[in-house]
Amino acid sequence: MAENGFCPEWIVQNWDRYVDPFFQHVLLTVVSVVIGFAIAAVMAVVAHRRRRLNGPLVGLTEVLYTIPSPAAFLLLLPFTGFGTVSALIALTAYSLNAMLRSMVTGLAGVPEDIKDSARGMGLTERQLLWKVELPLALPEIFAGLRIASVTTVGLATLAFLAGAGGLGESIESQISFKSNVVVAGGLCVLLAVALDSLIRTLQKASTPWTRARLT
Amino acid sequence: MILPLAVVPEFVDAFRYVFVGGESVTGGLQVGGPALIPYLVNHLVLSFVSVAVAVLIAVPLGLYLGHTRRAEFLAVNITNAGRAIPPLALIGFFIAYIGVGFDAFGLVLVLLAIPPILTSTYVATTQIEPDTVDAARGMGLTEGQILRRVEFPLGLPTTFSGIRIATVAVVATATIAPFASVDTLGVPILSPNVHGPAGQLGAAVLVAILTLVISAGLGAVQQAITPRGLKTVAPERRRGLFATLRRRTQTT
Repeated sequence: MAENGFCPEWIVQNWDRYVDPFFQHVLLTVVSVVIGFAIAAVMAVVAHRRRRLNGPLVGLTEVLYTIPSPAAFLLLLPFTGFGTVSALIALTAYSLNAMLRSMVTGLAGVPEDIKDSARGMGLTERQLLWKVELPLALPEIFAGLRIASVTTVGLATLAFLAGAGGLGESIESQISFKSNVVVAGGLCVLLAVALDSLIRTLQKASTPWTRARLT
Repeated sequence: MILPLAVVPEFVDAFRYVFVGGESVTGGLQVGGPALIPYLVNHLVLSFVSVAVAVLIAVPLGLYLGHTRRAEFLAVNITNAGRAIPPLALIGFFIAYIGVGFDAFGLVLVLLAIPPILTSTYVATTQIEPDTVDAARGMGLTEGQILRRVEFPLGLPTTFSGIRIATVAVVATATIAPFASVDTLGVPILSPNVHGPAGQLGAAVLVAILTLVISAGLGAVQQAITPRGLKTVAPERRRGLFATLRRRTQTT
């Protein structure tokens, strides 16, 4: 078998070297998406209440999202140093755009007459948000969450530039070794697909009425 | 938390690297300043060629699929599927199986650019009012003429938004081309042992600015190529950087 060839035996023997990078990758993705979700939610409610802020807030996340990830990981180093914190800040910033967009679209898509009837029933603005607008926006919100999670798995492959490890470091360490690239790259794809299915399952469980509409 | 002022010297060094240049960390080599120009040129050529090839493949394909309403599932979901494959994994796969160099890396960038362009072209074509297409057909236009003279121009703004997203992704990913031995602006980023931390930071600033300028520039082009008939029905027209960036239509 060639030196850099695809070698199943090697993969079986060296499987354990991917365990730590994999869990680092999971940690980077999940933590940044969760923090990003919380920040995006606050921004979305602000944008929903103050329509004038909608454009600037979405525009801000758009600008952040446009900055190439290899550059972003390095731009933070002078501020937050080499390590996981810098990587998490960059990944969180990237996750905002997809989630904020979907939240804004979801909240804006709630029909005006539904809101009117809720107000007519005596709901306060806060109750309206939590009991009417939020549930109706859930499918959009979940769509954004899925996009953000899958994208973050990909972006986190470059987190090693900020010193945060992850599967990208495994890929980069032996980038011309087929077995290595297939396993590390394959794990990235698997992680992305797994997160996507997990969120889709959560979405189906939390929005039972969308299923009923289909049947 | 470090005081923001404490980072000023690092950025001063980075700007000195970009605008003046200096000797490499290893010594004996002139890096930064004018030595960055070939990297910049290579970066832009690689990105432009890759996007151009992707456009030539994805736009006709998207128009055809959209016009005939074929392969909807593929055309709409290819962008989501593409997202699940990290660029670095794709690059590693290509380096291990095909090799390094301009062509191999260019191919990675083409593969990266096709999904958003294909999806946006497909969506653009299918979103056109069926009445408009029927009217064109009633006036005796052939299917080919409808494609070229009705569906293509009316869908152009949406198609272009996909091209813009693809271009930004390609320019960003071209930063890691040095992994495949293609010297772009990513060289100082990926070889800090030669270019030093100042080179790394300087190139990062340069790449970030380059991408933002390209994104804003393409946003302006997108506005300019929107047919007048479509502009008048646009619900809101705003000015400024945020508005320009915000207009980037979501294709997914």
